[in-house]
Amino acid sequence: MTAAVDKPHSHGAVVPEASRAEWFTSYDVAAFEVPSGREEIWRFTPMKRLAGLHTGAEASGAASVEVDAPTETTGITVETVQRGDSRLGAAGVPADRVAAQAYSSFTAATVVTVAKETQVATPVTITVTGPGAGKVAYGHLQVRAERFAEAVVVIDHRGSGVYADNVEFVLADGAKLTVVSIQDWADDAVHVSAHHARIGRDAVLRHTVVTLGGDVVRISPTAAFADKGAEVELNGLYFADAGQHFEHRTFVDHAVPNCTSNVVYKGALQGDGEGDTAAHTVWVGDVLIRAAAEGTQTYELNRNLLLTDGARADSVPNLEIETGEIAGAGHASATGRFDDEQLFYLQARGIPEDQARRLVVRGFFHELLMKIQVPEVRERLEAAIEAELEAVGA
Amino acid sequence: MATLEIKDLRVSVATDDGPKEILKGVDLTVRAGETHAIMGPNGSGKSTLSYAVAGHPKYEVTGGTVTLDGEDVLEMSVDERARAGLFLAMQYPVEVPGVSMSNFLRTAATAVRGEAPKLRTWVKEVKESMKELEIDPAFAERSVNEGFSGGEKKRHEILQLALLNPKIAILDETDSGLDVDALRVVSEGVSRFRASGESGVLLITHYTRILRHITPDFVHVFAGGRIVESGGSELADQLEAEGYVKYTGAAEAAGV
Repeated sequence: MTAAVDKPHSHGAVVPEASRAEWFTSYDVAAFEVPSGREEIWRFTPMKRLAGLHTGAEASGAASVEVDAPTETTGITVETVQRGDSRLGAAGVPADRVAAQAYSSFTAATVVTVAKETQVATPVTITVTGPGAGKVAYGHLQVRAERFAEAVVVIDHRGSGVYADNVEFVLADGAKLTVVSIQDWADDAVHVSAHHARIGRDAVLRHTVVTLGGDVVRISPTAAFADKGAEVELNGLYFADAGQHFEHRTFVDHAVPNCTSNVVYKGALQGDGEGDTAAHTVWVGDVLIRAAAEGTQTYELNRNLLLTDGARADSVPNLEIETGEIAGAGHASATGRFDDEQLFYLQARGIPEDQARRLVVRGFFHELLMKIQVPEVRERLEAAIEAELEAVGA
Repeated sequence: MATLEIKDLRVSVATDDGPKEILKGVDLTVRAGETHAIMGPNGSGKSTLSYAVAGHPKYEVTGGTVTLDGEDVLEMSVDERARAGLFLAMQYPVEVPGVSMSNFLRTAATAVRGEAPKLRTWVKEVKESMKELEIDPAFAERSVNEGFSGGEKKRHEILQLALLNPKIAILDETDSGLDVDALRVVSEGVSRFRASGESGVLLITHYTRILRHITPDFVHVFAGGRIVESGGSELADQLEAEGYVKYTGAAEAAGV
């Protein structure tokens, strides 16, 4: 599909400032310098559009967090806790200033716990509504899956305003957690979010990020294995229109043996515009296999589909391997224009152009959509993709 | 009766050195019930003719006319041409990842027929056509042409031919790259299609072997961007014996 203008990704062209192992982390915002935008981790981000999240903007509103847990099952606990709660921060430590700002600034956190050995078939839906246009808010959310618990959690972000938060996933041994985080914000919204997952022995996290709306959305999912035999899937799907900046920075930290990770992010970009008015997406995928992580199996892939001229997709996979005793490690990245040969083929079978384009784009996302095992979420995303295509009359 | 009429067709492609004329005045009429074979050496412009008639954007028509039953084909978009009753079986069918063959076939049939085929009869129709072409039913759920072998792709082109049932079918080197078995299956498919007598076939080929399965009513020799000689099926025998040297001045045999 991308054969026409496939170009090599920037592998080798970018030398990380430091090994991912040496990155500075802290819960305290004061421990981070104010970024200028030239730093490696900020160099793609339009800092001017962050509404001061990186320079210490104070909260001027609050996001609402509503948890809709299935009523037919027991075993799900929803709590609103104060910042002193000892469980908070268990899944990871902020690794950039905005995440630390959010950690230092939230007033109350939501903790959702799935009790041990509970299996919840119906998704738990957490709806996060922005603070409103022109307002700034900080938040904190933690999802805990106890031993052998199995659950599906949908986090649905919508509304207006500026919002920074940390989202934690704490998976105890043998837990299976499926997470779908949807960013379907209004056009003005700015959302900078750090997701931290700590995955216990033989636990499985399937984490999918879906970014469809907002002015600037920057999500940084980090997955760290606490013990052997665990598995993580980090999936992402994004669809950026003119003027939108969607950035996803994944990091998988293999510090223990015999764990498996698979990262698949796919994006489509469309709409006329240049510079700040063009659609811009960024995917940076870091994988670190530490010396102790023997038997690691990892793969990461990013594909971008440029539907119109002017759109820009940056794609940077970084794979650091500190042991030779691994099962497998690889990555792939490609950005290409819409393939006119596919369009011709479909049209030559009588399919009108707009419908043919939709078929191709739907096909592009098909692999990811099939990974989303919650039918209602999948249907909603299919409808959202159709709506994106309708919007430009593609 | 369907008639495809090509008159003085001139077609150029863009190159680094500016536009290059490939077709230099092609005249050809294909009527329902007729099978025409176009034979010619590599680079003579045979495939350009098929793509230009189908409307591929790479080819610019600089002169001449193409009509289907009197309607101006050149004014139509690619999909309009297909819905008007033209079909091009491609030499290199395109892969479309993530779109299942069954979804593709149904979408195409819906577009060409003007309404969605009734599900029950449609499933039966597809199954029967796949069986005739010795296609494993599992292919219905695979992505369009993705990972198909050359022979599998060609069988699927003929499957589409059977299901879309066009007025005029252009087969662009459908025989190339096929083993004996696949050639038989594909030829039988084309024969079933033309058996109705209501459709015309334009068979473009470099080789004569497919013409032993599908006897053409007319054979045209294509060289230097135009038809240089026309005759009956005996012309194919002559080409097999003598090659294209007479037309190109170079020694190139019509392969068998």
